[in-house]
Amino acid sequence: MWPVVVIALNTFRENLRDKILYNLVFFALLLIGASTLLADLTIMEHHRMITDMGLAAINVVGVVIAIFVGIGLVGKEIERRTVYTIMARPIRRTQFILGKYLGLVMTLGVNMAVMVIVFLATLWLYRAPVHGVLMQAVALIFVEVLLVTAMALFFSTFTTSTLSASFTIGMFVVGHLTMDLKGIAEKSQSETVKAVTNSVYYIFPNLEMLNVKAQAAVGVGVPYAYQATASLYGLLYTAALLVGACIIFQRRDF
Amino acid sequence: METIRIEGLTKQFPSGWPGRPPATVLDGLSLSVRQGEIYGFLGPNGSGKTTTIKVLIGLIRATSGSVELLGKPVGDVPTRRRIGFLPESPYFYDYLTAEEFLMFYGHLAGMDRAGLAGRVSRLLEVVGLVEARTRQLRKFSKGMLQRVGLAQALIHDPELVILDEPMSGLDPIGRKQVRDLILGLRDQGKTVFFSTHIIPDVEMICDRVGVIVKGKLLATGRVDELVNQGHTQSVEIACQGISVERIPAIQAMASRVVQRGSQSLIVLPGPAPLESALAEIRKQGGTLISVTPHKSSLEELFFQSQGQGQGQGSLAPARSAMGA
Ligand SMILES: Nc1ncnc2c1ncn2[C@@H]1O[C@H](COP(=O)(O)OP(=O)(O)O)[C@@H](O)[C@H]1O
Ligand SMILES: [Mg+2]
Repeated sequence: MWPVVVIALNTFRENLRDKILYNLVFFALLLIGASTLLADLTIMEHHRMITDMGLAAINVVGVVIAIFVGIGLVGKEIERRTVYTIMARPIRRTQFILGKYLGLVMTLGVNMAVMVIVFLATLWLYRAPVHGVLMQAVALIFVEVLLVTAMALFFSTFTTSTLSASFTIGMFVVGHLTMDLKGIAEKSQSETVKAVTNSVYYIFPNLEMLNVKAQAAVGVGVPYAYQATASLYGLLYTAALLVGACIIFQRRDF
Repeated sequence: METIRIEGLTKQFPSGWPGRPPATVLDGLSLSVRQGEIYGFLGPNGSGKTTTIKVLIGLIRATSGSVELLGKPVGDVPTRRRIGFLPESPYFYDYLTAEEFLMFYGHLAGMDRAGLAGRVSRLLEVVGLVEARTRQLRKFSKGMLQRVGLAQALIHDPELVILDEPMSGLDPIGRKQVRDLILGLRDQGKTVFFSTHIIPDVEMICDRVGVIVKGKLLATGRVDELVNQGHTQSVEIACQGISVERIPAIQAMASRVVQRGSQSLIVLPGPAPLESALAEIRKQGGTLISVTPHKSSLEELFFQSQGQGQGQGSLAPARSAMGA
């Protein structure tokens, strides 16, 4: 277990020294701030706008960090050959992958916490209502971010940075459309279309399941059972991707 | 005891094209390194040195053959605590300072913080980077990276040190420092295996050498054995007080003569005419300054073997030195 911690802490330190992250988080804070400037709205509309934009900013920035730091997490180590001296140490390849992943998860946790605190402070400043469902939405956003990080890491164990980014973005986009695909499958007459859309539906993660931002913005509660199921689903998918990444990484030549 | 044992190591890389045969980069390579010796792994660029070392470290898997380090098969994770490794033209985490960098590698080797701090400052001293200890590696020159890389390989006091071209990219002073460092490791009883394509590097410090060409071991043995493999040895005589150009007897014996002011340099093609040359110099009233026998060096072996291509039966030096 110890090597995992060493790798994770070092990865966290690497992230802390990366200026890009500060810029992205700053960008999110800017968006949250900008949402307060919209005029010509009723108070209700204004509150809803701040909540909407805040959650969206946290979500987008979390996912962008997950994708772009995620693909470099292991990919950059292979490309720059820094992995050589690490693999020469008494550490299993699996431990390396998990350590890298956990390091970025720590970074994402801290980043999201900063964004959420500023978001809540903004709501409080404008006397907007803070529902418990807001935190539920944030928790599911975090699950999505964990999943997207695992996707990026998975692809980067066997392909280049550019391709990993493309695959991850592709999977992310399709992941948000799977419900639509399911609809197409049900309506379509063609068996081929049905088969293709159905298999995409079952293979790709259903990321819309993790999206309750709309309910949160209007303060409609989300049942805890749903919250639990969705979280478990996202975490299991994440675990599967990490196992896949470990298996591929375990076998490859450097 | 054998610290490294490689037997029949073959590594093929897929060609990337269906139907195209894979590239055989290592071809039945066998060698062994004994405990406490400095072993030079000598070969021209592209001969397979780095590939061999990658197999030793477990970065790539052998296609066939067996490889053992410290009595354990490669890939045994706990054994790696006893091995230090410096890759070729290393690139490290450039956001770390030299100190953080060494701490990190010490932690990875399972060392605790208390023991590490002292070890880090001692190694920074050994490689001459004390002043740069709080500087990020991104600001390091190539030579400094090589040195901090060496420190990284030694941080956990390993029994076996594997270095891939440790002197490449260094200036003469840096090369000497690395040589001294390697000799110091032997004094501590460590085993050192290092690769190089530069012959004097191995001639100066190695106990034994293996010569690899095109993925095969051409010769292995003690340096002096490989160097004296019955090749003609030229002899250089330096003397004073005569003008060699005016002495036909010496001209006839020498393969080359050079006159610089009052000093003369006479190169004899072999040791045979040495006595008569010395007699002639004395007879002419010259003063002897020095006699230097020039051993046929590994260089010749190197060039010969490169010219020979693969798998010929004429690799005499390899055969006679084998098992030495
Ligand atoms: N991953 C690889 N795929 C295909 N060929 C490779 C690979 N790695 C090395 N080679 C080839 O193997 C040969 C030996 O390379 P290397 O071991 O780096 O030599 P050296 O370290 O002695 O200079 C070279 O011809 C190189 O092109
Ligand atoms: Mg090499």
